[in-house]
Amino acid sequence: MENRIGVFVCHCGINIATTVDVKAVVAAIKDYPGVVHAEDYIYMCSDPGQGMIQERIRKKSLNGVVVASCSPTLHEVTFRNTVARVGINPYRCEIANIREHCSWVHSDRAEATVKAIKIVKTVIEKVKLNEELTPIAIPITKRALVIGGGIAGIQAALDTANAGYEVILVEKQPSIGGHMIQLSETFPTLDCSQCILTPKMVEVGHHPQIRLYTYSEVEEVSGYVGNFKVRIRKKKRWVDFDKCIGCGICMEKCPVEVPSEFEEGLAKRKAIYIPFPQAVPAKPVIDAAHCLWFQTGKCRICEKLCPTGAIDYEQQEEIIEEEVGAIVVATGYDLYGMENIGEYGGGRYQDVINGLQFERLLSASGPTQGVVRRPSDGKVPKRVAFISCVGSRDPELHKPYCSKVCCMYLTKHAMLYKHRVPDGEAIVFYIDIRSDGKGYEEFVQRAQEEDHVTYIRGKVSKIYENNGELVIMAADTLSGKPLEVSCDLVVLGMAIVPSPGVEELIRKLKIQVDTNGFLTEAHPKLRPVETLTPGIFLAGCGQAPRDIPDTVAQASGAASKALEMFGQEQLHHDPAVATVNEDICSGCGLCVPLCPYEAREIEVIKGKRIAVVNEVLCEGCGSCVAACPSGAAQQRNLQDSQLFRMSEAVTIK
Amino acid sequence: MADKEYNPKIVGFLCNWCSYAGADLAGSSKLKMPPAISSIRVMCSSRVDPVLIVTAFLRGADGVLVAGCHPGDCHYEKGNYYARRRFALLRKVMETLDLEPERFRLSWISASEGPRFKEVVTEFTEHIKGLGPNPVKEKTSL
Repeated sequence: MENRIGVFVCHCGINIATTVDVKAVVAAIKDYPGVVHAEDYIYMCSDPGQGMIQERIRKKSLNGVVVASCSPTLHEVTFRNTVARVGINPYRCEIANIREHCSWVHSDRAEATVKAIKIVKTVIEKVKLNEELTPIAIPITKRALVIGGGIAGIQAALDTANAGYEVILVEKQPSIGGHMIQLSETFPTLDCSQCILTPKMVEVGHHPQIRLYTYSEVEEVSGYVGNFKVRIRKKKRWVDFDKCIGCGICMEKCPVEVPSEFEEGLAKRKAIYIPFPQAVPAKPVIDAAHCLWFQTGKCRICEKLCPTGAIDYEQQEEIIEEEVGAIVVATGYDLYGMENIGEYGGGRYQDVINGLQFERLLSASGPTQGVVRRPSDGKVPKRVAFISCVGSRDPELHKPYCSKVCCMYLTKHAMLYKHRVPDGEAIVFYIDIRSDGKGYEEFVQRAQEEDHVTYIRGKVSKIYENNGELVIMAADTLSGKPLEVSCDLVVLGMAIVPSPGVEELIRKLKIQVDTNGFLTEAHPKLRPVETLTPGIFLAGCGQAPRDIPDTVAQASGAASKALEMFGQEQLHHDPAVATVNEDICSGCGLCVPLCPYEAREIEVIKGKRIAVVNEVLCEGCGSCVAACPSGAAQQRNLQDSQLFRMSEAVTIK
Repeated sequence: MADKEYNPKIVGFLCNWCSYAGADLAGSSKLKMPPAISSIRVMCSSRVDPVLIVTAFLRGADGVLVAGCHPGDCHYEKGNYYARRRFALLRKVMETLDLEPERFRLSWISASEGPRFKEVVTEFTEHIKGLGPNPVKEKTSL
């Protein structure tokens, strides 16, 4: 096929054109071998831009297209669709990235223009040898895995299940509900968190399309979009859920008391426990690390009292294998540890607590039945300080980012405290107040005007204990004066950090996290719920700190991405996979053990050993191609011959 | 030492999932770097056949950079380990061919490491400038 390539150079408004002389690029390219047309336009991705490409394809009988514009991650699909609509095979269209890799990172216009020309020539060389390809059809398993049973996972699971598809929801704790179920009331409407979340939890527990695995973890993930294989490890809970009726007599009589995780250490639970009364499932697990039987070999009271014989000290871990087509990762958050903040006592002061602990003190179902009592002596505190940005916005020592929800929940804390202790004094220390959601600014105003919460702009430098009181040293940056305030209780708005264990999980999923450990989205603006790995989507605080409305919206977004896949009869796999030239292949088999997907195997064809390629399994990494000693292995549209020519285009004058 | 006007030619092979995305992030963060490196997108650092690199040097490249995901983070599980082993051998082969192994660089740059991409490009460009033009151009008529 004689190459008739058209090159279309985009200005991207001023984004490319300021640093790269696009007219000079067109002039340098138009007579390049294989090119029959070159042209520039201000916004190539716009409707007129795409229309122009289509018109030139028709008029000049182009059979290959290079669009010099932004990163292929952004518009490769766009332009491949553009050319496909006028009859060009989409794989004959490639993107030359002259924005992210050129105009945005260089300042010298002459140098940037030279480099842009080089980039375009490199891609022209690729297109010259690009074959016309057809995507490989692959089957799809219309079932989703949701990892994490907080509000994000619950919402994603319900949306997917309500659309008629099966969902497997895996939660590592004994109950779903996440951190939201620990909250007292929620800003800015003061809805009771339990009241709005427990119905959703129950719905998950009873939904015919949702299979819930609590106290379970994802052990292994293999496969690819539409066809993941997941191994789930059900931890030993020592209670047979089929027999347990959730009567609770075991918990009542268990002699061991342990600090409750759900109550953030402010109350005790038993060694056999349901984390909280509204838990889903409402059946207990045994905490073997504290159970007398497991620790000392004595007790077995729960076994003796259980009316259904559900206690099973011999229970084993169970591995469950599931096949799913899409995965939603909703791993949530944790609070940055108070031990990291030495100047605020580093967690040593009983009456310096974090936001989740104060939520439990405010909660009607909490350890104090909603009466605000400080942990040290149970006294109702008369002056409470709320400190924002603890560990957040501190790139030198702690976390550089804003944790997003602290301004609002501390305002809520101060307001609810004033509702419970009307003669008490609430002081919020802030750097600046970020109240950018719907009804949020009004909520902060209400705290100040109606509930008389005092706001002091200034960072607290130190907290120390003095005769049973906590003394806060701060600077009021509005008046410019140093301050010392005595308080009965201090609530720290700790930074939000990703849940522990995410590092391990991302390795299993082959997705990525940013420098702060939050899951990385495919594009920060246009693909915020997708990962770079097809079929894996993100929801909730695992991706970045966010509040409940944003989390629910994102979770519905992630579910809709899964549903978008499930709406198709089959998926299409990138055809740029490995190939084998049977005439050259010596059947040495070097490629076989290299392939992580078992896509290469030796077959005897007409008496000759050939390392064949399973196109459906091949993910197109090209590892076998580089290893092949004879050159029999190639990668479609990224053949050795293409890479040689591309590399040469970089080095030629 | 190279004269002031010397602008080296460096071929960059970037893996699609980590380093190409890291380079994109450097771009969208508008981090400035020298223009000596032009990049070629491959799916995995393990796609880069050492022969490609040797050939690039023989055709006059002043430097070659291969960048992939950090060890343990490979999108294809272990491609970057393969790459690391191959390129350790490649350095030996380059020595025997009288090509300067220090003109070749293998780096790990993740999708979130825009600043690191800039650092690698800047530092490697300076390094190659220090070495001057690839003498292979004068040595052979290949």
